[in-house]
Amino acid sequence: MPSMAKPAQQRVGLLQGTLDMLILRTLLYGPAHGHQIGKHIQRTTNEFLQMQHGSLYPALHRLEKRGWVVSKWETAPDRKREFKYYRLTDKGRKQLVTEESRWKQMAEAVARVLWPAAEQN
Amino acid sequence: MNWWHINWRQTKKRDADLERELRSDLELEEEEQRESGISKEEARYAALRAFGNPTLISEQTRAVWSWSWLESLARDLRFSLRTLRRSPGFTVIAVLVMALGIGANVALFTVVRAVLLKPLPFHDPDRLVMLYEADLYKDDTAGFNVVAGGMFAEWKNQNRSYSSLALAKGIRVGLSGSGGQLPEKLDSALFSWGMLRTLGVQPALGRDFTEADDNLGANGTVLLSWGLWKRRFGGDPSILNQTIFLDAQPYTVIGVMPAWFDFPDASTQLWTLVYHDKPEDTMTSFSNHQFRVVGRLKPGVSASQGVADLSIISQRVHNAHLNDPFVFRSAKSRPLLEHIVGEIKKPLYVLMEATCCLLLIACLNVANLLVARAAARRKELAIRTALGGGWLRLIGERLMECLLLSASGGALGLLLALAALQWLMQTRHDMSRVQSIHIDGVVAAFTVGVIVICALFSGLIAAFSTSDKRILGALHEASRSVGGGSARPTLRKVLLTLEVGLTVMLLIGAGLLLKSYQRLRSADMGCATQDVITMHLGIPDARYPTPAQRANFYDTLLDRVRALPGVDAAGFASAVPGQGYQMDWTFTIVEHPPLPQGSGQFALSRWADPKYFNAMVIPILRGRTFDGGKRLDAANEVVISQSFAAQYFPNEDPLGRHLRVRGKDAVIVGIVGDTRYEIGEAPLPVQYYPLDAGVETVGTLVIRSSPDPSRDPGHDLGQFALPVQRIVSEMDPDLPVSDVLTMNQLLGNSTLDQSFNTALLVAFAGVSLVLAAVGLFGVMSYMAAQRTAENGIRVALGAKREQVMRKMLLDGMRPAVFGLVVGLAASLEAGQLMRDLLYEIKPLDPAVYATVAATLLAVAAFACIIPAWRASRLDPVQALRAE
Repeated sequence: MPSMAKPAQQRVGLLQGTLDMLILRTLLYGPAHGHQIGKHIQRTTNEFLQMQHGSLYPALHRLEKRGWVVSKWETAPDRKREFKYYRLTDKGRKQLVTEESRWKQMAEAVARVLWPAAEQN
Repeated sequence: MNWWHINWRQTKKRDADLERELRSDLELEEEEQRESGISKEEARYAALRAFGNPTLISEQTRAVWSWSWLESLARDLRFSLRTLRRSPGFTVIAVLVMALGIGANVALFTVVRAVLLKPLPFHDPDRLVMLYEADLYKDDTAGFNVVAGGMFAEWKNQNRSYSSLALAKGIRVGLSGSGGQLPEKLDSALFSWGMLRTLGVQPALGRDFTEADDNLGANGTVLLSWGLWKRRFGGDPSILNQTIFLDAQPYTVIGVMPAWFDFPDASTQLWTLVYHDKPEDTMTSFSNHQFRVVGRLKPGVSASQGVADLSIISQRVHNAHLNDPFVFRSAKSRPLLEHIVGEIKKPLYVLMEATCCLLLIACLNVANLLVARAAARRKELAIRTALGGGWLRLIGERLMECLLLSASGGALGLLLALAALQWLMQTRHDMSRVQSIHIDGVVAAFTVGVIVICALFSGLIAAFSTSDKRILGALHEASRSVGGGSARPTLRKVLLTLEVGLTVMLLIGAGLLLKSYQRLRSADMGCATQDVITMHLGIPDARYPTPAQRANFYDTLLDRVRALPGVDAAGFASAVPGQGYQMDWTFTIVEHPPLPQGSGQFALSRWADPKYFNAMVIPILRGRTFDGGKRLDAANEVVISQSFAAQYFPNEDPLGRHLRVRGKDAVIVGIVGDTRYEIGEAPLPVQYYPLDAGVETVGTLVIRSSPDPSRDPGHDLGQFALPVQRIVSEMDPDLPVSDVLTMNQLLGNSTLDQSFNTALLVAFAGVSLVLAAVGLFGVMSYMAAQRTAENGIRVALGAKREQVMRKMLLDGMRPAVFGLVVGLAASLEAGQLMRDLLYEIKPLDPAVYATVAATLLAVAAFACIIPAWRASRLDPVQALRAE
């Protein structure tokens, strides 16, 4: 299998809840269907995050269940076929803000522990 | 339309939606792949590779919506039910096996809980202790000595540790006939007046004893048991304040005890007061030990502080009576509960261990059956895994299957347990606290716990046996299964080895008990045990106050009994062999120098008529029996047993020497053979005194009658019961004759415990042997089926049928032999646990071990031989074509 040949660091697991945040962030640009969302995350991280569809779709449905996104079958402009488009709700927008700030705090905290010298400079 | 239906439709709609979403996204991926310039076919695979397993994704996504575990549980349940229904044979066997294992455990747990673990039904039972006397400098400190009346009085008056102390003693009394009812002999108990207060119990009807009732001058008072009140007095509350006659003395009924109250013994039917019934010298003696003492510790006082307190008092009394060697100098105590259940604790725990083994065997067997089935369903499982069936789902299904099996087994087992408990309560009323046995919430929780543990245990074993991910291998193999799978049989063989090992342990335990029981029953009692019938009889002091009256009564009775047709010999003794320790007396030998201060001699003592030895076939080794002409005060002879002579007259002739007992001298006229006072106990020295002295009032009549086929083909010794009863009632219409038992029955009753334990353990061992045999048979049949092709090729290539058979047989026997070795090794250790339960055999009895090994190998060979034989009969053409 191709994935077996890839270096280990490219198959990092996502932190709990991180995928949700990435999806919400992606949808900030506008409605998108599952395939687009996956491709977008993969591309923007320079293929660092291999999108696992096995976790993407459950995550999408989980967000929908929580009311952070809504879905609708719409025709794609370039393909002339219907895809299931996900759209951010107001609730989801708020959630994204919360998640982002929490992520930032977390990243700073971790950075402070890992590189204390850089902090002093 | 209900909510379930709505939900169902929503779920359906969402499933369709999800499927469409995944399909459209997958198609898009495929289109993109193709746009990058590869062939249509290639693009499809590439898309699938990038996308992952759609079935699995949809399943995982659906899990987000499904109202979670409940739905998947229902799905697993449906699936498992379907699977189980598809193989009813397997299901029935597995459920039965589980039912046996769970049922036995639940039943025994219920008994153990009710008898050993539940607190006594008294007020604050943790503060109640049983008190004993002990003599620090004698080697009998391990025993629990009964307490002398005088010592009890001292303890009661001087101690500072107990809020109350009270006496109890079990006795037997004759209840006079009244209102057309026959006189009868009843188990009764003497209490000191404070006993019920000490225990914290109230009569159900009427009043408790008071201090004013408890002395020689007071009117007699009696409390009835609930059972006696119902049976004998029709449950009529007007019995209160009426007078009944016990041993010809009047007693006023002052109350009825609650139905559950059975202290000090399960058989106690009525209670009277000890200071009223017993003469003053008994109650003040320091050396006449005969009472049980119950104490309630004051708050904050520990049991050992209490004992220390009493020991100081005892020591003081002892120091004041240095010339009497039988005044003890310290005290002992143990919790009341332990006193009551002490004797049945060990056997119950051994039985509990046995049932745990049985349950383990049952689980292993079910696991084994499941593994076998999993192996048979290998192809199905492999295909499902290949199609994206989640690993957890498969395990979940297996667990659900096991849960269903063990839950149905548990339900059935609960019924079995109920039946077993019902039977136990009917057959063993003598067992202490047997009345408190019933199934309650805790037992139900225990049952559920056992069910879940069984399901997890057998389910996980089975599940992990199928969890290897060599799917391709399985699929390949399934298409040409010449070699036969190797992984599963290995696991099954390990399980079998364990199962056989446990079975061997149970068999050895059962074998040891069985042999011990046989030894016990065949122990030489030193007297006749065949063709002898015994009857208990006592004359009340009140109506036979003088020695002459008593002696005359027994003379007349024995003369008339001996005149009955068919009676070969008859005799009377205060106690016959097998009836227990009963009574001992201290004595000194007149011709010997006085013993040093503080030491004394005592031996079992019995009253007997001159022809008793002949009637019981106790051999007169030297000298003669009592002179029948010497009566009353003139009866000054004593007969001693062989071990008495050996112990106290080691190098001299005892005949003609004198024993001084209770201030009177008796001359030794004869030496008789040793007898056992209790089956399973070594013979002790006995001194026999003549019944003709007219002292003893209670004892056992024995009649020996050899079978005479012409007159009495069935030879029913019970035929003497009625004539004897008629003789007695002619002599005194108010005398009950009780306990009409042949000598064999009498000994059988005293070994009831042993026979009960043995029967249960043998039954458990038998069941586990059958289970192990079924397990072996199953494995062998399965292996034979798997090797059909292999064996077919062997035979086709010219292998002899005997060779095939031998190979199959050896393969099957290997786990049995391993298991045997493991089981034997484990038994070496486990056998030590049973040491206390064994009579005259060692836990390492080689004959038992050899028999068990031979039995097991024979059964194992039998279980293996049919599949092996079938394998060797294979028609190679058929076998190869079957593939």
